Amino acid sequence: MATNPMHQFHVHRIGPEIKIGNFDISFTNASFFMVTSVLTILIFFYFGTKKRAIIPTKIQLIAELTYTFISKMISDTAGSKAKPYFAFIFSLFIFVLFCNMLGMLPYSFTVTSHIIVTFVLAIFIFIGVTIIGFLKHGLGYLKLFVPSGVPIILLPLIVIIEIISYLSRPVSLSVRLFANMMAGHTMLKVFGGFVVSLGLIGGWLPLSFSVALTGLEILVAFLQAYVFAILTCIYLNDALNLHH
Amino acid sequence: MLKKFFILINLFQLFSFEAYGAEEGMPQLNPEYWVSQIFWLIVVFTILYLILSKFILPKINGNLETRKSQILRNLEDAQKFKEESEKKIKDYEAIINEAKQKAKSIINDTRKKINEDIQVKKNHLEKEIESEINKAENEIKSLKLSSVDSVKKIAFETSSLIIKEILNADLNSSNVSAIVEDVSKKKLDKYL
Repeated sequence: MATNPMHQFHVHRIGPEIKIGNFDISFTNASFFMVTSVLTILIFFYFGTKKRAIIPTKIQLIAELTYTFISKMISDTAGSKAKPYFAFIFSLFIFVLFCNMLGMLPYSFTVTSHIIVTFVLAIFIFIGVTIIGFLKHGLGYLKLFVPSGVPIILLPLIVIIEIISYLSRPVSLSVRLFANMMAGHTMLKVFGGFVVSLGLIGGWLPLSFSVALTGLEILVAFLQAYVFAILTCIYLNDALNLHH
Repeated sequence: MLKKFFILINLFQLFSFEAYGAEEGMPQLNPEYWVSQIFWLIVVFTILYLILSKFILPKINGNLETRKSQILRNLEDAQKFKEESEKKIKDYEAIINEAKQKAKSIINDTRKKINEDIQVKKNHLEKEIESEINKAENEIKSLKLSSVDSVKKIAFETSSLIIKEILNADLNSSNVSAIVEDVSKKKLDKYL
């Protein structure tokens, strides 16, 4: 069982079974790591905003750098109109980042390696962005599917492609994050298993791979959080500033 | 060695396939806890969003703003101080120039005054010397004049005595004096 690389993704109940109607909403290890991530974030930002010094302390500097990083990312990709959604995108980025990073701890659980979690986030973004688009532009938002400068003969085809690509956004957004996380952790586990099975003589090669992969996975954990946030910004940009 | 390595990998794979059998495929696709995950995700993310947007982000934003304004204010202050110091330097230079000019004028005034003083004193001295000279000259003149009379008298007495000795007779004194007068008139001019 310990050598099964998929075992780490198993969800199991912690504590009593909680049911609302037919739905089982028991507290699981996934819920535990969601709560842990949020608590870590809140503790980090509590200390990051506690002193409010003019010359920032180290933790304050990190908190402020994160703030300016996200703020700049939003204003660069979606412009000044996206300011009301700053808090949401910030929460999204920091939540995904901390879930990814906590997943890098040995024996922990990676919340974002579950398609259902990433898909709920992505579908929420998708629905939210679509609503914002229709509220801002009315039916004019449908112009998003009609790119300018396309010959009329090609238009029906292009519109269909555009609609499909628009509808596949939540799928691509969620699968990208989930697949990256799952693949990385599976790979780490596989190489970890090699280390054990090859023993003292042959285990050094997969061990060094394991070390290198851990570094890579930390990079991927950050990168995927960033990609998730920036794609949200790009979708938001489509809804706020209709370019087509 | 390499062969051994591959055999080991194969062995491992055998074991792991056995393990795969125990749990089927991807646990992610098992819908048993989907509702639970969705529920907890919504709860946890909403809490995170609310706390971040209501408490933490405004705090960070406020702090960044105060820092920005503080920096701006400091820059303004620095500019003000710079201008002030420049003004002070100008004032200082003006004061120095004024003092220099004052010193110059004082030197000039003093020099003028001293020169005038010297001139006045010189004039006074010259006048005094002149009057002294005049006085002395007058004295000499009067002395000379008075000396003529004494000379005449001595000459008269001497000549009367000489005549008396030689001639042994008294001559008329008026005659003698007339002669002496006459001679002295002719000769005395040479000495006076």
